Amino acid sequence: MNWYFYFRKSKGILFYTLCVISALIAIVPLIFIFYHTLSLGLKAINWDFFTQLPKPVGESGGGMGNAIVGTMILVGIGSLIGLPIGIFSGIYLSEYGNNPLGTLIRFFTEVLNGIPSIVTGVVAYSLVVIPMKHFSGYAGGVALGILMIPTITRTTEEMLKLVPRSLREASLALGIPEWRTILSIVLKTGLGGVVTGIMLAISRVAGETAPLLFTSLNNRFWHTTLDQPIASLTVFIYNYGVSPFDDWIAQAWGGALVLMLLITSLSLIVRNITKKKF
Amino acid sequence: MNLVEKNYSDLFFKNLTKFFALLILVVIALMGYEIYINAKPAIEKFGWKFITDEVWDPVQENYGALPFIYGTLVSSFLALLIALPLSVCIAIFLVDIAPSWIEKPFSFFIELLAGIPSIVYGIWGFFVMVPWVRTSVEPFLAKYFGFLPFFTGPLYGVGMLSSGLILSIMILPIIASISRDVLKAVPISQKEASLALGSTRWEATRIALSYSRSGILGATILGLGRALGETMAVTMVIGNRPTISASLFEPGYTLASVIANEFTEATSDLYISVLIELALVLFVIAIIVNSIARLLVWSVTRKYSSQISN
Repeated sequence: MNWYFYFRKSKGILFYTLCVISALIAIVPLIFIFYHTLSLGLKAINWDFFTQLPKPVGESGGGMGNAIVGTMILVGIGSLIGLPIGIFSGIYLSEYGNNPLGTLIRFFTEVLNGIPSIVTGVVAYSLVVIPMKHFSGYAGGVALGILMIPTITRTTEEMLKLVPRSLREASLALGIPEWRTILSIVLKTGLGGVVTGIMLAISRVAGETAPLLFTSLNNRFWHTTLDQPIASLTVFIYNYGVSPFDDWIAQAWGGALVLMLLITSLSLIVRNITKKKF
Repeated sequence: MNLVEKNYSDLFFKNLTKFFALLILVVIALMGYEIYINAKPAIEKFGWKFITDEVWDPVQENYGALPFIYGTLVSSFLALLIALPLSVCIAIFLVDIAPSWIEKPFSFFIELLAGIPSIVYGIWGFFVMVPWVRTSVEPFLAKYFGFLPFFTGPLYGVGMLSSGLILSIMILPIIASISRDVLKAVPISQKEASLALGSTRWEATRIALSYSRSGILGATILGLGRALGETMAVTMVIGNRPTISASLFEPGYTLASVIANEFTEATSDLYISVLIELALVLFVIAIIVNSIARLLVWSVTRKYSSQISN
């Protein structure tokens, strides 16, 4: 029966080798994506890229200054919607949510997380663009705000749940009312985690393109009012990337690099915060 | 007196947070309502025929959603077909093979992959992957598997195959990381028991795998949900042609990419309404798929937590 034992052993080695190989295969596209974005993006990036307006077709140079500012504005409007709803409902779920209503809300938060962002764009279109009768920064902000809610809610809940019960009890025993305990003790202790959630949400929506295509549209000039279409980095990358002009395609890679650096650095910061805290 | 005041402030705070939590339900209801109301003209005009009709001709105002539903389903399942085995292997690699000094940075890499915006996948797919598919993958498949109907026709590069590939890269991190968590959650006693009975390490891994089957299924469905709704990357590599063809080399079109491409170009109210109805189809599919996935993952984690406490 010895041969059978060796057969089983070698079968195991074979499958484990397959696992290692597939892990290596999965790494390959990541390396290529980073490599191409870096090598092609660096060529397009210079000081003008961050400060100048896009140039018309045929003129070289120019940048995406307005798009970078535009992305920040849109994320800002989104945060005005996403932060209060996300943080407060996270508090509700963690502190009062141990009931059927809490489970229901938790469930629908997950469902909201899974709704495709293009659908959210359509909703923002019918909520804001149709009544206002034109594309605007508000509409894009509303779409991003809805997209931010589930991430913030979930991380806030999880992080506040990690705060030890004894802290709450100590505070309540000192006669501090419950709401004050939650705000000044629980939320403050879990603040690092809540900030993590916010940054995760920001890094998610900063890279969104689909919901902005027909809400904030695009704009080739500096923004003066939120009532107008607003440029964003992602829509710029898309428009330039599918264009037939080499200049524009090079700039699209530059935009992709800026976006990647932004999001990667956000996730590195997030990682460090959570590491220190827990 | 003081006590009563405190109760009021607590009650106020509790209801304030409850209000915001309920807003989440309101947002979802509002989303469904807004899409339905704006899709209504199209729904009334075309009825159920909309879903089964193949013709998409905005000029003649003939709208059928079948090519888009077909494209969405085929590209997503193709992505699952590629990503699922790889992700399970990665999960096994991380849990059972890799030492922790490899596991930690590797897990971080996988998370990075999950965080890359889809537009970056899109331009990478368009400028790097599609040419590679056109010059290497498709000729190879056509040469050795050309007798199958899936690998026939002209080699465009853009098409179902490319979109399946880019989607598989995008959903791999989701499936892999949840599968890893599920595999890790298998009680160590299961593996120890199997090893004690004389099984090899691989056989113990098999036991753990069968134990976490429904959790991996849930992870798969979550990945499917992401693939179904993915817009930008697919739009850039699928070729955007509303046809139904068995060949994976042929261009296709998905629900999400037709909305992205044609929304700002839609000239008539009916056209807009039709596109919003496509969004409604996508919304309903997303809700169903995500509900199933979430319930599956929850049932698994609950099962484990009860077993751990026992």
